[in-house]
Amino acid sequence: MTDILTFTDRGIYCPAGGFYIDPWRPVDRALITHAHSDHARPGMGAYLATTGTAPVMRHRLGDIRLDTIRFGEPRQIGGARVSFHPAGHVPGSAQIRVEVAGQVWVASGDYKTVPDGLSEPFEPIRCHAFITECTFGLPVFKWTPQDVLARQINDWWAANAAAGRTSILGAYALGKAQRVLAAVDPAIGPILTHGAIENTNEVLRAQGITLPDTIRVTRDTVPKDQPGALVLATPSALGTTWAQRFGPASTAFASGWMALRGVRRRRAADRGFIVSDHADWDGLNDAIRATGATRVFTTHGYTNSFQRWLTDQGYDAHVVSTDYQGETLDLVAEDAA
Amino acid sequence: MKDFATLFSRIDETTKTSVKTAALAEYFRTAPDTDRMWTIALFTGRRPKRSITATRLRAWAAEVAALPDWLFEESYGVVGDLAETIALVLPDPQDTSDASLTHWITYIRDLSMLDDHARKAGILRAWNSLPATERFLFTKLLTGGFRIGVSAKLIVRALAQATGQPEPELTHKLMGNWTPDTTTWDRLIVADDPGADLSRPYPFYLAYQLDGFDDLGDPADWTAERKWDGIRGQLIIRGGAHHLWSRGEELMTDRFPELAQLRDYLPDGTVIDGEILAFADERPLPFNALQKRIGRKSVPKKLLTEAPAILMAYDLLEHGGADIRDQPLALRRAHLETLTTQAPATAPIRLSSVLPFATWDDLSAARDQSRDLNAEGLMLKRRDSPYLAGRKRGDWWKWKIDPLTVDAVMIYAQAGHGRRANLFTDYTFAVRDGDDLVPFTKAYSGLTDAEFREVTAWVRKNTLQKFGPVRQVPPVHVFEIAFEGIQPSPRHKSGLALRFPRMLRWRRDKPVAEANTLGDLRAMLDNYG
Ligand SMILES: [Zn+2]
Ligand SMILES: [Zn+2]
Repeated sequence: MTDILTFTDRGIYCPAGGFYIDPWRPVDRALITHAHSDHARPGMGAYLATTGTAPVMRHRLGDIRLDTIRFGEPRQIGGARVSFHPAGHVPGSAQIRVEVAGQVWVASGDYKTVPDGLSEPFEPIRCHAFITECTFGLPVFKWTPQDVLARQINDWWAANAAAGRTSILGAYALGKAQRVLAAVDPAIGPILTHGAIENTNEVLRAQGITLPDTIRVTRDTVPKDQPGALVLATPSALGTTWAQRFGPASTAFASGWMALRGVRRRRAADRGFIVSDHADWDGLNDAIRATGATRVFTTHGYTNSFQRWLTDQGYDAHVVSTDYQGETLDLVAEDAA
Repeated sequence: MKDFATLFSRIDETTKTSVKTAALAEYFRTAPDTDRMWTIALFTGRRPKRSITATRLRAWAAEVAALPDWLFEESYGVVGDLAETIALVLPDPQDTSDASLTHWITYIRDLSMLDDHARKAGILRAWNSLPATERFLFTKLLTGGFRIGVSAKLIVRALAQATGQPEPELTHKLMGNWTPDTTTWDRLIVADDPGADLSRPYPFYLAYQLDGFDDLGDPADWTAERKWDGIRGQLIIRGGAHHLWSRGEELMTDRFPELAQLRDYLPDGTVIDGEILAFADERPLPFNALQKRIGRKSVPKKLLTEAPAILMAYDLLEHGGADIRDQPLALRRAHLETLTTQAPATAPIRLSSVLPFATWDDLSAARDQSRDLNAEGLMLKRRDSPYLAGRKRGDWWKWKIDPLTVDAVMIYAQAGHGRRANLFTDYTFAVRDGDDLVPFTKAYSGLTDAEFREVTAWVRKNTLQKFGPVRQVPPVHVFEIAFEGIQPSPRHKSGLALRFPRMLRWRRDKPVAEANTLGDLRAMLDNYG
C-alpha cells in the first residue's frame, strides 16, 4: 500500500489531492492546521483553513486567497477526501484527516488534549497513520490541572495587587494570552494588554469568543491610574523599557517549559506558570492510543526519544524532520562553548 | 514537610532577597523547634549523610514510573537535577502524609541502617505518600546535595528578623560543629551563651580589596602586614583541647597535627586568627607545598617534614576566656605579641610582623616584594579597629598584587588536543549571578598533569550532558582563574572577556557559594577594563 501523505522539503504532501499541509516553502495549495507562524506561512497560492483560524490568518498574513471549512465538513480535493477536526491547541486549530482509497491519515499539527475553556476540545480521530508533534515528549512534562493553574495565577495577582505591585505576565500573543484571560478572575483588578496581544484579542472577539474586558497599553497609558493591574505582555517585552513603565512589579512567564525548575530560574522572572498549548507526556500517549493508528510519525520536539519510546510500545514509528518550531525556549544548549 | 515545602516554594518562586528573607523569617517564627533547627542545619551545610547511591535511586524511580532506563537518563539530561527528574516522572502519590521535616530526616537516617530490600521499600513508600514539591525535597535530602539558593548569610538575616537578635551575634551562634542532634533551638539560638560550645569559632573578619588611599586619612592611623598565601584559620584553645577552623567553617584540627603542641604554650581561653602556612627556614613555602596537605584527613610523616605547618598569627579574638573582639586592634595585638613571644622558637607559631612605613608610597614598595616572599599582597588595618564579623568595608583592606584573579565554577569540560587528547583539559568557567551561573571564560592550562587526570576521571563519572565533544558537569568544583586584563565584550553572555586566562589553582577548599559573582567581575571591569 502506498503512503497517502509524503514528507517533502516543502512540507507534508498529498499526491492524490495535490495539496500540502502546513508547508514552509511556497506551494500552490496549502491546508493549514492553525494560525501560528511556523504552520501558517506567507506565499502560498491558495489556503484552506477552518472558519476559526481564518480571521487570525488574515490578520497576520494580509491579503491572501483563503477558503474556509467548518469542523467535520467533508471536502473532496482531487482523489483525496479531507476534513478538519478540533486539535484543542488554540481557538480554531485543527487536525487534518485525509482519506484516499480507504486509507486514513491524520496530520495533527499542534495539539493539546486537555480542555482549556477556549479552544474547541481535542477530538480523537481513528486513523491508520498519525503524524504527531512531541514538543513535550518526555515523561517529565505533566501539566498542572486548569483549575489549579487558575488559582495559582489569581493568587499571585491578588498578592501583588495587595502589596501595591503590578503583575506582568509574559505569554504568547495567540493562544496562551487568551488562555490566561479565560482563567483569571477579573474582579481582582484591571487587565492591561500589550498591543500585539490586544490585536489578537480583537480578532477573536469579533469571532464571538468571549474574553474579559482588557485595556490596550498605549503611549498614553498612565500606570498609576491602574493600581493592582495584571499586564499581559509578549515574552519579548518582558524586561524592556516597555515593561519598566509599570513601576514596582512582579514578573511571571507562562510556558510549558516552566515545568523545569532550571529553566524557570534561568528566565529571570519571579514566577513561572506551567501553561502550554501542547500535549504533555500523558496527553501525547493517550491521543496516539485513541487514534488506533499503527504507524506514527514524530515531528517537532523530542522526536528521536519519542520515536524510540513508541517503537518500544509496538508502534511502527518514524522521525520526520520539519521546519515547525513548537514552543521554543533556548533550553540548555546556549553557551555550550 | 508541608510547611517546609511551602517555605521552599516561596523562596524558589522569587528572585527578590527581601521576599526570601521574609519567608524564612516567618518560618522561623512559627515552625516547630526541631524543624527550624533542621532548616538552619540544611542551609548551613549540615545535611544528613548520603545513604543511598544515585544509581539505585534512578533505577528504582524508572521502575516505579514504568520507564526504560534510557528514557529516564534522557529526561535527566534535560532536567539536569536528579531529585527533580525523579519527582517529575513518578506517578501521583496514592497516599498522604502530614509528617514533619524532622520525621522525614529521621526516616532517611533510619533507612541507612536497613538492608537494600527494606531501603527500597521505604523509599517507594515515601515517594508514594508525598506530593510533588515534598517529594522533590525528600529526594534532594536523599541525594545529599541541598543547594537551593539560600546562603548561610540569608539564614542569619532571617533569624535576625525572627528573633530580634543582631546578625553578628547570630552568625557567631551558628558557627562550629553543632547539629540538630547535639543542641536545641533554645540552646543554640535563644540562650545568650555563644561560648556554650567549647569548639565554636568566631565569625571571620574579611577585608575588601583596597580601591585607593583617598579615604584612608593619616597613614599613622594604620598598620600594614603581609597578606600571607596560605589557609586562613582560627585556632581555639579552650577546656584543655584545641580546634582549628577554616574560613569555610571546616574543622582542620587533624590535618595539622603539629599545631597540637601549641596547647602547651598558649593559655586556656585563647583564640587566634591567623594563616596556616607551610614554613621552613623562617619563610613560607610556596602555596603548592601546602596544597598537598589540603584534602588529606591524615598526614603521612614524609609530608610533615616536607611541608611543616605553622600558624602565622594575625589577631587575638579571645584572651583569658574573654571575647575581646570589640577592643582596638592595637590592644589585641599587644596581647598577641606577649602570647607568641612566650612560646619557644621551635613552637609552630609566628607573629605576623608589621611593616614600617611613613607614606603610602613606602607601602607600595613593600607590596612589590610580595611575590618574592610568597605573599599575596598587604593587609591594611586601622589601629583602633574592632574585630568585625564578615566582609566589611572601612577598617580593614587587603591590597593584593596582580594578576587579577577570580574564583570560578567549572561547568563544561572538553578534551584537549595532541598529548592531552585523552584528558579533559579545556574548561568553561562560570561566576555566580544570584542563583544562576553565568559562563564567562575558558581556560586550559595551569593545573598539573596529576590534577588534570583527577578532573578527567571525575568528568567521566559526572557528565550531565554531552554536546558533541563538550561535557556539561555539575557545578561543584571551584578554580582560581588568573588573568592579565579584562575588557567589555557584548558578544559574550557575561558582557566581558578576559586576557590570558589560566587556572591558578584548584580551590578544593572553596564551596561554589564562595565563588566570585558577575558583580565582582563587573567591578573589576570598572577598575581595570
Ligand atoms: Zn502552534
Ligand atoms: Zn507547531
